[in-house]
Amino acid sequence: MSANEKPKFAMYWAAACGGCEIAVLNIGEKILDVDANFDVVFWPVAMDAKYKDVEAMPDGYITLTLFNGGIRNKENAEMARLLRRKSKILVSFGSCASEGCIPGLANLSSRQEILDTAYGTLTTDNPDNIRPQYSYAAPEGELHIPEFLPFVQTLDQIVPVDYYIPGCPPESHQIGAVVDLVIQALQGKAQLPPPGSVIGAGGSTVCDDCPRKRHEKKIKEFVRIQQIKPDPDLCLLEQGVPCNGPATRNGCGALCPQAGAQCIGCYGPAEGVTDYGARLITAFASVIDADDPQEIERILDGLPDPVGQFYRFNLAASLLRAAKPAFTGK
Amino acid sequence: MSNRFIPLEPMQPRERIGVYVCHCGSNIAGTVDVAEVRDWAEKRLAHRGVVVARDYKFMCSSLGQELIAKDIKEQGLTRVVVAACSPHLHEQTFRKACQMAGLNPYLCELVSIREQVSWVHTDKHAATDKAKAILSGGVERVMRHTPLEPLHVPIHPATLVVGGGIAGIQAALEIADAGFPVYLVEREPSIGGHMAQFDKTFPTLDCAACILTPRMVSAGNHPNITLLTWSEVTRVDGYVGNFTVTIRKKARYVKEELCTGCGVCQEKCPKRVVDEQYEAGLGFRKACYIPFPQAVPKYPVIDTENCVFFAKGTCKACQKFCPTNAIDYDQKDEYLSVQVGNIILATGYDLFDARRVSQYGYGRLANVFTSLEFERLSNSAGPTNGNIVLRDGVTTPKTVGIIHCVGSRDRNFNNYCSAICCMQSLKFAHLVKERTGATVYNFYIDIRTTAKAYDEFYQRVLEEGTLFVRGKVAEVTDAARKPGEEGKIIIQVEDTLVGKQRRIPVDMVILANGLEPRRDAKEVAKIFGISCSADGWLIEKHPKLDPVATMTEGIYIAGCATGPKDIPSTVAQGAAAAASVLGRIQQGEIALEPVRASVLEERCSGCRICNNLCPFNAITFHEDRMVTSINAALCQGCGTCVAACPAGAITGTAFSNEQIIGQIEGLLMRNLETAPVGAGQA
Repeated sequence: MSANEKPKFAMYWAAACGGCEIAVLNIGEKILDVDANFDVVFWPVAMDAKYKDVEAMPDGYITLTLFNGGIRNKENAEMARLLRRKSKILVSFGSCASEGCIPGLANLSSRQEILDTAYGTLTTDNPDNIRPQYSYAAPEGELHIPEFLPFVQTLDQIVPVDYYIPGCPPESHQIGAVVDLVIQALQGKAQLPPPGSVIGAGGSTVCDDCPRKRHEKKIKEFVRIQQIKPDPDLCLLEQGVPCNGPATRNGCGALCPQAGAQCIGCYGPAEGVTDYGARLITAFASVIDADDPQEIERILDGLPDPVGQFYRFNLAASLLRAAKPAFTGK
Repeated sequence: MSNRFIPLEPMQPRERIGVYVCHCGSNIAGTVDVAEVRDWAEKRLAHRGVVVARDYKFMCSSLGQELIAKDIKEQGLTRVVVAACSPHLHEQTFRKACQMAGLNPYLCELVSIREQVSWVHTDKHAATDKAKAILSGGVERVMRHTPLEPLHVPIHPATLVVGGGIAGIQAALEIADAGFPVYLVEREPSIGGHMAQFDKTFPTLDCAACILTPRMVSAGNHPNITLLTWSEVTRVDGYVGNFTVTIRKKARYVKEELCTGCGVCQEKCPKRVVDEQYEAGLGFRKACYIPFPQAVPKYPVIDTENCVFFAKGTCKACQKFCPTNAIDYDQKDEYLSVQVGNIILATGYDLFDARRVSQYGYGRLANVFTSLEFERLSNSAGPTNGNIVLRDGVTTPKTVGIIHCVGSRDRNFNNYCSAICCMQSLKFAHLVKERTGATVYNFYIDIRTTAKAYDEFYQRVLEEGTLFVRGKVAEVTDAARKPGEEGKIIIQVEDTLVGKQRRIPVDMVILANGLEPRRDAKEVAKIFGISCSADGWLIEKHPKLDPVATMTEGIYIAGCATGPKDIPSTVAQGAAAAASVLGRIQQGEIALEPVRASVLEERCSGCRICNNLCPFNAITFHEDRMVTSINAALCQGCGTCVAACPAGAITGTAFSNEQIIGQIEGLLMRNLETAPVGAGQA
């Protein structure tokens, strides 16, 4: 990089809702620092750019790429590979890229089931039962759309990733801090953490930031938040509200529990956690206060959607990654 | 984030791994093609660091072990995987072999291809494939092992014995005689246990009191034994070698230092109470009482529920007449804290409640007796001075039926055999015959007289003319149907040897109640951090090879607390537990397995999910720092907290995530897909 050339910045949106992009814009005037310190070379949501422009860049041309969204189709996968080649630092940005997030829950179903739901249920206005075709012969020539992959993958299941910024979406102050850090590192004033690190988040769990009082736990019943008037000072889990805070990485400031709602785990697994849902399942199971199998069943019935409870954000990144229908297509 | 824990990136093998596949004679080789497994490991796992693979007929033999040692020295092995039997059997053998050859013993992994493969499969091809997968898992695991050192902790020379029956007395005396201090804790006012209630002991017909009371006196007088009766253990902290035990010494309302045991208080006490405990409900005691004449210690207790003073505030007869002013109505429960190195639990059994078999009429028909009631009836120091009479206290029975297996070997109650009831019933038959000349029937399913001189006793009782009816009694009733049945108790039974239903009228029925775990066995087990079987018997470390140890280091069990047994076996176990404890004390210190859980404090947020899970009380929460810690010496490495920790802040040494996931990847053979660095990867 010559002295008068600014480092290059890119951001890309794969299988995601767009919240991550909003979160970046939400960092406020700090966005001006991005502009002051970087040349934005590729950011489809903010500026016009073509894939061929990226393809034309030399490998390693982009200093920093924030990649948000999971890998749902072939276009996502190709762009992941392309941006990996072109980027010095590739950041898996937000929950979708890092863990699959909500789109990852589709990994419970086969492609066929997903398409049937989207195009063939009673609530769909699709009288001719039109289904997406990967190629279509239009009068002007043959058109293609990217192939829908069997299941959602995380970015790091496709290409090596340098850093992870968790969150659905990442908190703006955390993004701001990361931007600061990268700028300082580029100016030689700070050092980036070792590759593979999670940045823009804490090293322990949401409980660390949660002011609620905690005791030894014994759960006699799981309740949904609307069924009780929670004690504002007592640990939600102790009140039977299935709070995922104990396994979730801190960094958000424990916003949900402080507002009286359970943590749903959007900041992903804590540092030592391999399989987020399995961790929570064993943790919850350990403190269920019953010995009688029927009583245990009754208590567990208080968790009507186990996958949604334990793997809402993490299914695609779990050890199992997907259910059998997604793997086998049946 | 997902891939950071998939540890199978291409790599240069970091370790030099030796693989040893055991034939176990034909145990493994009969079902698994061991040569193929060996060849496969050598070729297909070379890129993971396997430098040598061998198979051998018996790896556990000294020649097999030498093979490993030789390779460690000559080939510079840094890891060893033995594919053989269960780690329960030979993990120590191979660890020691590695240690002798200079390799840290915890760098050796034993994978089971016998219990998990050859013994459970018949298809040789599939079994061989499975053996390869298990071996591959072991290779991936062992390369992630780290050298470990055992923990050394000193052993406190004192021992706690819980339960003052014959097992506890025996254990306490053995240890005390060897010169080490013992705390003997008994929850009743006197030691002696069930044996003190018996009349005669089978098969020799010695008087139970005659052989027991000298032991009780020895235990009471022994300079090395601190006797704590009318006391219960409420809490155990610490770990092998260093237990801190909290004992509740219940108020006796008698100052032991002043009491001479003269018995005047008991004599003068105006309140008579049915003695449900020692006399099994057949006799009386006072509200201020010494449970039986030979009680040790000799001090009485005041039963506050029945004492007139405690109920109404007047009386004080005992205090007025006590010549040494030993009665103290203001006495309170005391809590003592004692330090011990080892603990022996000899907490005994409860008698099966015969009321539960309602068709046998106990509690409804006056002349149906339990075994313990009969022991008191036939005891010359008992309520009838040894006269075997009906409930009216005067009539001698002319016909007596003894029913075996009441509550035992019965799927409605307990499936197990209570072990002692056959011999006890034969003893009863003999005593009835001898003292009353009555006709005696024994109703049995099978006669089990397996110990020394037991069957001879059975022959003797047969020769005495006792009648034996083989069949499970259906009903005991007073509803007469036939002439001759009026006023009698009728035993309805299918005589399976004759093949017909019989109704046998008798005057007296004795039920041979089975033995059951103590009602509070589970709570006791929890206090001491050990386990109970589903029935409630305390579980031994190994049913055959380690029958008096438990899975918790430093806690031993003896006598009927582990399951029904007769007096000789109970005494043998008491002595065996004492011998184990003495061995420990002699060592001075103990080396503990370094398989332990530990908390990485920076990852712990103090969510407190683990806090009440530890069966060994090793977990402490620090309110000031909001983190949890684990005492390494208390921890037994069970892994409960490791699994429960939602933050992944607790790691089990030798069972880290990296090791377990590595092993899984190996089992799934995903390691075969990885190529060495430089071999090029797609």
